[in-house]
Amino acid sequence: MILVIMEQNAGAWHKMSWETLAGGQQLGQTLGLPVTAAVLGSQTATLAAELATKALDKVYTVEHALLEHYTADGHTAALAGLIAATQPTLVLFPHTYQVRDFGPKLATRLDRVLLSDVVRVSEGPTFVRQLFQGKLNADLRPATPAPHLVSLQAGAYRADTLAAGSAPVEAFSPTIDAVRQQPEAPFRESSRAVDLTAADLIVSVGRGIKEQENLPLVEDLAKALGAELAASRPICDSGWLPMERQVGSSGQTVSPKVYLAVGISGAIQHLVGMKGAKAIVAINKDPHAPIFEVADYGLVGDLFDIVPALTEEIRKAKA
Amino acid sequence: MKIIVAIKQVPARDSQLRLNAAAKWIDDSDLTFEINEPDAYALEEALQLKEKLGTGEVVALCLGPERAASTIREALAKGADRAIHIVCEQPEALDPLAIAKLLAAAVGPEAPDLLLTGLQSDDLGSGQTGVILAELLGASHATIIMEVQPQAGAIRVKRELEDGWFQYITMPLPAVLTIQSGLNRLRYATLMGIKKAKTKELRTLEAAALAGGAPVATLDKVYLPDRQKQTLMIEGTPKEQAAKLVEKLKFEMRVL
Repeated sequence: MILVIMEQNAGAWHKMSWETLAGGQQLGQTLGLPVTAAVLGSQTATLAAELATKALDKVYTVEHALLEHYTADGHTAALAGLIAATQPTLVLFPHTYQVRDFGPKLATRLDRVLLSDVVRVSEGPTFVRQLFQGKLNADLRPATPAPHLVSLQAGAYRADTLAAGSAPVEAFSPTIDAVRQQPEAPFRESSRAVDLTAADLIVSVGRGIKEQENLPLVEDLAKALGAELAASRPICDSGWLPMERQVGSSGQTVSPKVYLAVGISGAIQHLVGMKGAKAIVAINKDPHAPIFEVADYGLVGDLFDIVPALTEEIRKAKA
Repeated sequence: MKIIVAIKQVPARDSQLRLNAAAKWIDDSDLTFEINEPDAYALEEALQLKEKLGTGEVVALCLGPERAASTIREALAKGADRAIHIVCEQPEALDPLAIAKLLAAAVGPEAPDLLLTGLQSDDLGSGQTGVILAELLGASHATIIMEVQPQAGAIRVKRELEDGWFQYITMPLPAVLTIQSGLNRLRYATLMGIKKAKTKELRTLEAAALAGGAPVATLDKVYLPDRQKQTLMIEGTPKEQAAKLVEKLKFEMRVL
């Protein structure tokens, strides 16, 4: 059977859980396997009831007082127990920060490796993941007997393909001996003065800009276009722009009418934050940069030549 | 505090990648290499912890081919006290569990208080080495760390969560932390540091002599990704490209 591990925090589902569940349903059909899903927490009744309205063979609730707040030790112990008890062929996870934190540990405990960050499952099944920040793909196959542990990247499957149904709910009582991590309450650093999610037009800048002194080039472009200025992670890491202007998995997820990516190579962590844009324009000197795989319009060339020319043309067009 | 930093040598960031003949990996014969960026931040954090505590040792640990020695020397020049090089000519043929087992075999006898490594590598990008190591070593761990506060027998760290959220976690030592880029400011090696590095201990271990394990995953092939979208490439001189794009912004995207 296929076991999908759903992620929830404080009673709210992580939205990638639904994509992974849809992936589980589709793989269940292709591989001819029953599909089950599990929810972990200290109180799971409400979440399990919602999960039970999907086309699944079973829903497992995994409840324990030590699962109230996420810890790697707690999740690993609980899931190692559930997998031992249910003997799944395939265990699917959403590739979230939380799964990155405990997934490899769980796999190691089972003497397996997590096939992580999978963007597509092709025949075999073969699991496709990206290498070199998205510049290459790799086909991976497990070399051991089941269970196989796989985490799915955002967008690998679509949540709107999820089939409804009715599933029985079964409680699994995990044994959790000791949890070493003592988590404190999550918090947000800034009040997010900049809400990029509401922007219609975004000009976003990446490593290609090279120096902080070159930023006015893209600032001028953003101003001419009437766009918000955003950036990929390295720009914010360097302190050249505030963290609140960061787009990507650790920053904001945006879906503007036009997203103009300047000197951004397009690592998956960035793409998940902007691929929902209606139109993507990419300016990059490397014709093989992964950003061109998602771009609607591509300009290969030196941004230091193209951007000033573009700013001028936009000013002319608006004059 | 004894700190081990696991570092990796990877192709330089702007490398033009070509596949090797077997399509199992890249042809790395004429590439330049550098330290994996998040590992550079892990090393810097270790050096700053030692400086803050005024005592301790920083050991750089690297699994890689002969050429990785240049990256190890750089770590020594920046201030690592000594280094261990697990010589392995084709690490790309190993899965993350096999690599972590080799690293664990070298780390075990050292019994460090803290093991730091980057959250992921720029080449394979599995982001698993640190977490697997923690499980193999029986150490506690936390990932995607933005701040490290040493305490008596414990460590308090700031974990990055998604969507701009953070969280502090405290855990006992020994612990493994995977470090996020940007949590500190990287230092450059000084001339004095480079000189001193030549006299520091660099121990080499042969991967074949360490306890590895049977592969648990196989890499069938690597290839260029197919395009998810039909991209309209706008060509010409920069001025022509700009003019054509403005037309598109006006009449197709309708935002001008």
